[in-house]
Amino acid sequence: MMISHQAEDILEALWIATEEKGDHGALLETLGLRPDDAALEELDRLAFVDIQGERVHLREEGREEAQMAVRRHRLAERLTMDIFDIRGPEGDEKACEFEHLLRGAVDTKLCTLLNHPATCPHGRPIPPGRCCRDAKQQGAPGVVALTELKAGEVGEIAYLSTAEPKKMQKLMSMGVLPGNQLLLKRAYPSYIFRIGHSEFAVDQELAREIFVRPGPGS
Amino acid sequence: MQTPPADSNHPKIVLVGNPNVGKSVLFNALTGAYTTVSNYPGTSVEVSRGHCEIDGTRYEVLDTPGMYALLPITEEERVARQILLAETGHIIVHVIDARNLERMLPMTLQLIEGRLPVLLVVNILDEAERIGMQIDTALLQEKLGIPVIGAATARKRGLKEIRAAIAAFDSTRRPTFAYASDLERDILRIATTLASDYPLDRRAIALLLMQKDEEVLELVRTAEGEGFAAVETAVRAVAFERRVDLHLRISLERKRVCKGVLDGVVSQDSGARTPFSERLSGWTMNPWSGFPLLLLVLYFGLYQFVGNFGAGTVVDLLEGHLFEEWLNPWAIALSDRFLPWYWLRELITGEYGIFTLGIRYAVAIILPIVGTFFLAFSVIEDTGYFPRLAMLVDRIFKQIGLNGRAVIPIVLGFGCDTMATMVTRTLETVRERLIATVLLALAIPCSAQLGVILGLLSGAPGALLVWTLCVAAIFLVIGFLAARVTPGELPMFYMEIPPLRLPQPRNVLVKTLTRMQWYLLEIFPLFIFASVLLWAGKLSGALGGLITLLRPAMLALGLPPDTAAVFVLGFFRRDFGAAGLYDMQANGVLSVVQLTVAAVTLTLFVPCIAQFLMMKKERGWPTATGIFVFVTAVAFGCGWLLNQALLFTGVLS
Ligand SMILES: [Zn+2]
Ligand SMILES: [Zn+2]
Repeated sequence: MMISHQAEDILEALWIATEEKGDHGALLETLGLRPDDAALEELDRLAFVDIQGERVHLREEGREEAQMAVRRHRLAERLTMDIFDIRGPEGDEKACEFEHLLRGAVDTKLCTLLNHPATCPHGRPIPPGRCCRDAKQQGAPGVVALTELKAGEVGEIAYLSTAEPKKMQKLMSMGVLPGNQLLLKRAYPSYIFRIGHSEFAVDQELAREIFVRPGPGS
Repeated sequence: MQTPPADSNHPKIVLVGNPNVGKSVLFNALTGAYTTVSNYPGTSVEVSRGHCEIDGTRYEVLDTPGMYALLPITEEERVARQILLAETGHIIVHVIDARNLERMLPMTLQLIEGRLPVLLVVNILDEAERIGMQIDTALLQEKLGIPVIGAATARKRGLKEIRAAIAAFDSTRRPTFAYASDLERDILRIATTLASDYPLDRRAIALLLMQKDEEVLELVRTAEGEGFAAVETAVRAVAFERRVDLHLRISLERKRVCKGVLDGVVSQDSGARTPFSERLSGWTMNPWSGFPLLLLVLYFGLYQFVGNFGAGTVVDLLEGHLFEEWLNPWAIALSDRFLPWYWLRELITGEYGIFTLGIRYAVAIILPIVGTFFLAFSVIEDTGYFPRLAMLVDRIFKQIGLNGRAVIPIVLGFGCDTMATMVTRTLETVRERLIATVLLALAIPCSAQLGVILGLLSGAPGALLVWTLCVAAIFLVIGFLAARVTPGELPMFYMEIPPLRLPQPRNVLVKTLTRMQWYLLEIFPLFIFASVLLWAGKLSGALGGLITLLRPAMLALGLPPDTAAVFVLGFFRRDFGAAGLYDMQANGVLSVVQLTVAAVTLTLFVPCIAQFLMMKKERGWPTATGIFVFVTAVAFGCGWLLNQALLFTGVLS
């Protein structure tokens, strides 16, 4: 089914408001919409949303479509920010343009390419697609950021992704090298991990740039 | 990389290695008591030098700051490498942690490939054995082709062997380790374009060039002159042809070589239990147990030891008994007898006299407080607690524009803000250094001031609470705002967390004495200077003028006009001011509200003159003056607001 870009963006906002923030729908005003907005009418016609006065509610029928719109948006963020290394407002803007191109199973291809990431670069969860569930069943967890490991889990460092050579250099000289086994000891307030017999603390920003292959726990 | 002047003709022993591997302990064991700690020429990094005699030969020993690799990132590492390259060591002693051989051996490899005369000390063997590791140092020596000594320097194990190895050192043995053939081809391609002589082997220079080391690039640029273009072309060609991160490639290759070297050297039996220190370490890093533990450390380390013992017992003994009862009367009687001029008597033993005020303050009040503080600080530092504290507060500190690392200068500020201002240079970005300096100047009372203020306010119910809340709130609010308006790189936090250890008394003592020595050398003259300035001010009437000038401000704060004197004194020493306040309260001229307002304003107001001069030295005139003006404005603004709030709500009256 094809819906307009604007309708997709409304669904996304509604999903975040209701599913992630736990609100009862969203105010038209906060969405920046007028009651006679075309995209809103389109969604109303599909019975995806319910408009009650100043509030819009996401209906059960629209959940799936909204969830996938959020998924596409956050996968697009991963692509622009991690792979293309476009950050800041420009990164946000490009991600917003990209997400609409990911319909029709393109999201599956991108998701597989990115190793089924679980969070967007801002740390918010990416709703899993079918590909993610399949990969999980086959026991191929892929490569995840250190931030996605739980305390007590073990992994092998796969690669470091940082735009700053100094950071990379520092991490490598501390022994954070691909191929090394790592045990995450704490995830809060900082990330504490152990390599060999040494322990290191890094903040969330750095932890996001260390990618590990979750390994057999020992 | 300029060459510093050679200050001795003795052969040099240079100690290098990661932080926390026991280099300083080895340094102390080799050199004994007579060492000097001074800034390395042209930098702000401290380097220790000492001498030792082995088999009739006298050596100069240098302890370098911790470094992780030959490729420097921090200023400390840069200095460490500079020493390595410029001081032409007779022997380079690389100290590594036995538990982390695999991680630290790549640097040994780098030193060897630089054709430096390396002696490897595998340290902390005792702790490695406790966790079930067995290390065959003889086999390691055979495989590496350089002398390898197993040691536990903190337990005095292996010291004799290290001395023997230094005496028997044969600097002609230079082993080589080969990398993968494609990498070797690249290295050769670059190395053959190098024509000059370097302190390191050309092979090592080529590797550093492949890793984009900017300093080495500059070194090569000057050394090669005309030929540099060819070098640059070769480096670029290699980088392009490989199309991978060469730095990573080289690191991985070194790791592979080290794995081969370590094969059969290390064996691990897995039956060892987790020791208690490991569990304690876990508690310090868990916020639920970590913050209560922090409070315990603060209570016993700061409040009981520094506050009660240092600022109470020892100060009483020195100031109350030694000076007030013995030295001062004696000095006053002496000057009355021998000095015919009033102005000179005033200068030496008057109200603001060099002896009666300057020396008495420095020796009898400040030295015990700062001394006990430095002792407590060194003990805590040597247990390895600070990195854990840094990790615990990192998230909070990020909110105020700093990272967890800044906890060290901030905590040090509670001892002496002047020293802490100097230590801000260990922070990585200019932005962090600036924010930390402002916060130290504004909201961190030093131990002397803290001691007097705590004593002053503990008698007035509620006043202490109001004071604590105000100062803490200002710290957070100003930090929060500073984080938002100060431009520059955002801080990033990473740190190695060393194992918790029992501190070695000798090491703690050396550190404490070094810091106290620094304190006396830097601060003592300022005390004398301050008392001379006060004396001149008193005799010329300028002090009175300044106080008159400040009176309207005092009235605006709701304070008696006499408080102006307290503030002027406060600028000379934070605690002079607090002490003046103490007198006023003892005479009963201050209400509880006035006392609280004055204490808050005085705490926030101006860093003392020593701290101001240190700010000027570290940050330059314009910044230091800017901070001064800002701090003064905030202090008086807050004092005024607090006074209005207290009068309006009637909380303390
Ligand atoms: Zn996002
Ligand atoms: Zn997927």
